[in-house]
Amino acid sequence: MKALVWEGANELAVRQVPDPQIRNEQDAIVRVRRTVTCGSDLHLLGGYVPFMERGDVLGHEFLGDIVEVGPQVRNHKVGDRVVVCSFISCGKCWYCQQQQFSLCDNGNTNPMITENVWGSAPGGCYGYSHALGGFAGSHAEYIRVPYADQGAFTVPDAVSDERALFASDSAPTGWMGADLAGVKPGDVVAVWGAGAVGQMAARASVLLGADRVIVIDRLDNRLEMAQTHLGVETLNYEQQDIGAELLERSGGRGPDVCIEAVGMESHSGGPQLWYDQIKQQLRIESDRPVAAREAIYNCRKGGSVFVLGVFAGMVDKFPLGALMNKGLTLRGAQQHGQRYIPMLLERMARGELVTEHLATHTMPLDEAPRGYEMFKQKIDGCVRAVFQPTS
Amino acid sequence: MRWLIGGAVALAGGMVARRLFGGAGRGSDHWQRGQARPRGPRWHVATVNRPASDVAPGGQFPEPLAGLGDAVEVQVRPAAGDRGTEIAVRLRDGARLPVAAARRATSRDPEQAIRAALRESKQLIETSEVLHPDYPPTTESTPLNKPLQMATRQGRREGRL
Ligand SMILES: NC(=O)c1ccc[n+]([C@@H]2O[C@H](COP(=O)([O-])OP(=O)(O)OC[C@H]3O[C@@H](n4cnc5c(N)ncnc54)[C@H](O)[C@@H]3O)[C@@H](O)[C@H]2O)c1
Ligand SMILES: [Zn+2]
Ligand SMILES: [Zn+2]
Repeated sequence: MKALVWEGANELAVRQVPDPQIRNEQDAIVRVRRTVTCGSDLHLLGGYVPFMERGDVLGHEFLGDIVEVGPQVRNHKVGDRVVVCSFISCGKCWYCQQQQFSLCDNGNTNPMITENVWGSAPGGCYGYSHALGGFAGSHAEYIRVPYADQGAFTVPDAVSDERALFASDSAPTGWMGADLAGVKPGDVVAVWGAGAVGQMAARASVLLGADRVIVIDRLDNRLEMAQTHLGVETLNYEQQDIGAELLERSGGRGPDVCIEAVGMESHSGGPQLWYDQIKQQLRIESDRPVAAREAIYNCRKGGSVFVLGVFAGMVDKFPLGALMNKGLTLRGAQQHGQRYIPMLLERMARGELVTEHLATHTMPLDEAPRGYEMFKQKIDGCVRAVFQPTS
Repeated sequence: MRWLIGGAVALAGGMVARRLFGGAGRGSDHWQRGQARPRGPRWHVATVNRPASDVAPGGQFPEPLAGLGDAVEVQVRPAAGDRGTEIAVRLRDGARLPVAAARRATSRDPEQAIRAALRESKQLIETSEVLHPDYPPTTESTPLNKPLQMATRQGRREGRL
């Protein structure tokens, strides 16, 4: 079959790879209808996560049709149109039963790497390097889905492919950020990053009853999109004083909840960016935490900060003093999609959660390298590039 | 990042190489510095999200653990706070693993076989199968891949368990 593979840092190619096979009785094989770029892939693409091998298939946010099931798959049959959670979780271990699905004890076939690097191993993820199991990704005609009863969700007829696609990863990630950060009616919420993840966190905050939701970025097209489609306020950090604006818009208190949806390649205008870039080049610091620093600094006393952006190693100039003295709660997680996807699909069916505006560019899989270039450089207003491997 | 985790891969790879080519020291998988290295065999402990009766029905452990035979001591106890059952395994002093079980390790280090057996048994008890990686692989072997491929071959045999 055809697939988009990683060939080396910033090198992608579409080529033939072996078809996936059922390997476990709870597996299914899905024929991919749509699969989409994610900010997380950029960290892999740039070689920031050195657990990639030449030939690894990228992609983890997708939807398709089940074409084969293992003998222990109970809830799905051939022909089901499903959206699949990007994280691979067994549904049976203690973490899965606590609904912390991305922490699954059994979903990563290769726990050794992350145990050594982070102390213990999260679950597996499609197309996300050998540190998270080395599972082939979804930018392909077919993909193997382990624990299919846990990770694949039948899409209601009322929800289009275009909309349901984002129930795989960005929508549950954003929802989890707002939910686990404790957003509640009356809150002022600030979200750093107006990519698909930040936009979904902002929309979730609105739906959870926040009084004001403010999205921060520097890309005007994304900020306009957030205003039009999500009903939120925006700030451009290159044109406005973020700290002053956030105080003004929260009665001088600061936001109750600050959500970081930027990640380890965070950008900044000032000397901070050079500082972090130089340290990254010298390998003294692995990740650039500009937005995380700002979120902690601007959060109100006793408030809550949630890190949705992916970080992989060490950061520098981390404002532990502000965190401690202001009594903040800091949390982060890879997404626990299985906990939210059925609810999100219902909201999509009711029209409360729209996502199709995120798919700014749709193309055949053959053009995926161009799609990643557009997504990475944010060319032509690209928010997400969607590939259709089998149309 | 590249430096940090690259270092971890190199370390994992080096550790694997040491084990493959002999001379593996126990506890060398703890690459974090400052940790005391235990002298005798240590307990490897995993918590299984099931009551004790499901861990060894009729006194019989799942095959990977049972296969370690008399070479290991096994303790089973309820985990506090409704977290299931703890299984602890330790190599008996001076014992050698049965040949079939020793084959699970890629080196002469019996601790590798114990870790793999414990992880696989936990999966069998919780999910009734052992999750396999994708096959056939889509990747190619290159000189750059080598250390990572050697390290991932130890996926369940190494780590902190
Ligand atoms: N936790 C999870 O499970 C999970 C799931 C999916 C994605 N992610 C992570 O979420 C992050 C965002 O993903 P995405 O797909 O939306 O990526 P994206 O690249 O499309 O969006 C990131 C946005 O952040 C903006 N940005 C950069 N620096 C900023 C700063 N200092 N302040 C404010 N905004 C800034 C960029 O302009 C861009 O619009 C990534 O790190 C990704 O890895 C996490
Ligand atoms: Zn993602
Ligand atoms: Zn699990």
